[in-house]
Amino acid sequence: MCGIIGLMAKKEELRQSLGELVLPMFDCMAERGPDSAGLAVFAPAVEPPLRRFSLFSDRDGYDWNGLARSLEADLGCSARIVTRDNHAEVVAAVGDDPFRGWLRRRGNGVRVLAVGHSIELFKDVGRPDEVARRYGFSALRGTHCVGHTRMATESQVSPAHAHPFTAGEDFCLVHNGSLSNPYSLRRLLEEENLEFETDNDSEAACRFLQWRMRKGDTIEQALGSAFEKIDGFYTFLIGTAKQMVLVRDPFACKPAVVAETDDYVAISSEFRSLAHLPGVAEANIFEPLPEQIYVWRVAA
Amino acid sequence: MKSVQLDLSAISVRELNDYLHHELIAEGPRVVDILKPNGMHNIAVGLDCPVEVHVRGNAGYFIGGMNKQAHITVYGNVGWSVAENIMSGSVRVKGSASECTAASGHGGLVVIEGDSSSRCGISMKGCDIVVGGSVGHMSGFMAQAGNLLVCGDAGAHLGDSLYEAVIYVRGRIQSLGADAREEPMTKADYAKVGELLKRAGFELSSKEFKRVASARALYHWNAEAHQEY
Repeated sequence: MCGIIGLMAKKEELRQSLGELVLPMFDCMAERGPDSAGLAVFAPAVEPPLRRFSLFSDRDGYDWNGLARSLEADLGCSARIVTRDNHAEVVAAVGDDPFRGWLRRRGNGVRVLAVGHSIELFKDVGRPDEVARRYGFSALRGTHCVGHTRMATESQVSPAHAHPFTAGEDFCLVHNGSLSNPYSLRRLLEEENLEFETDNDSEAACRFLQWRMRKGDTIEQALGSAFEKIDGFYTFLIGTAKQMVLVRDPFACKPAVVAETDDYVAISSEFRSLAHLPGVAEANIFEPLPEQIYVWRVAA
Repeated sequence: MKSVQLDLSAISVRELNDYLHHELIAEGPRVVDILKPNGMHNIAVGLDCPVEVHVRGNAGYFIGGMNKQAHITVYGNVGWSVAENIMSGSVRVKGSASECTAASGHGGLVVIEGDSSSRCGISMKGCDIVVGGSVGHMSGFMAQAGNLLVCGDAGAHLGDSLYEAVIYVRGRIQSLGADAREEPMTKADYAKVGELLKRAGFELSSKEFKRVASARALYHWNAEAHQEY
């Protein structure tokens, strides 16, 4: 199993309470995925060259402030840091590659969960409702968010194996299903010098799509080649800075339900996690068709 | 007739079903209203008495599964596998249904007034299914007995690997599955379609329907087919 959820707020006031709205959706999907959970929220963009870096450390009580100070000292930039439990967000005027290079040299086991101007990402092992409370999901604000509750079927349960997976900047993917050919995808991508963080099949799909987009594909074109190259069962929900994208495999093996109103677009594996949403009784509720690409764009 | 209201925001689905399986039968037939279903799974499964059940809202997976005798109406949409393995009685959905409607159903009537998505009637074994709207891909897959009547369109691979169930479609068929073929409507077919429409309460002409049934070419192993069908 596994549960996926997505919520895009079309109006400013809902963006202020995005976390509160999504929390019951998330809690409900704990039944589909009780072993780990994650959420990516697309918050107001920081001005380039600033970037948001979502970081994770396995060590409890990690000295995040010390990390920020040495980042400032080593790379000569100012760094703003917000910490919560095993997670921290650093905002600094530094590129993705220099940041990762610096982190590797420092060798302290801190991992980058996400990079971009908008994306904030939290994921960890544990019951989804506990993960949500530990990382304060209810206070999150933003235009849209993409979340996942995991029931591991093919690779280990660890914070790194939790979804969402990310690749590049402001790009993430959650997956319900299992892929048959993740290793041939990996071999294809490793020849392109892409590096993987885990042996998880969903990471392969995430990196494949983002690689296609880096080559110039639109998300629709990238998914078109995914239909050719990716074999297996999937409902993918993808978040980018300006879009939320949903697809199901050609057999529609894994579920998804969409409820859309003038105020929001809400996506979940099951309707019951949408049942609490305001105005859902009048919402346009539909089941996405197999092999169709559904794209919602953030309204200005 | 005595009636009772049960509110799923106050009791669990397990408590509800326990009531429907035991106390309800002891107290005799009645009308049951189920309030605030909120998409919950397994509502009113395994009923075995002539009761009228009204589910006031959207239900989740397996609503009305294994039903015997009872007549269940859902005033909303339903999730996967509504009326799975239905034996008798009826399940009516006023909205639309997700995948695998009436999967493996042995008897009784299932009516979906809206659309029913992928694999509607998969492996049905004798029930009748009437869909007011359209059905998704792979509907009627390996259906063994009974009738699937679709008032709208049918998705790809309709009736793949059909046995002896018969499918009637009013609208467009995107494609037929392996061993499914369109056949001429006979007098008996028109009568059957008319009867199904009447039982479902749809005012349409049986003249508008096409018949899809098994070509029976897969009934016997053909070593020379090289797995190509």
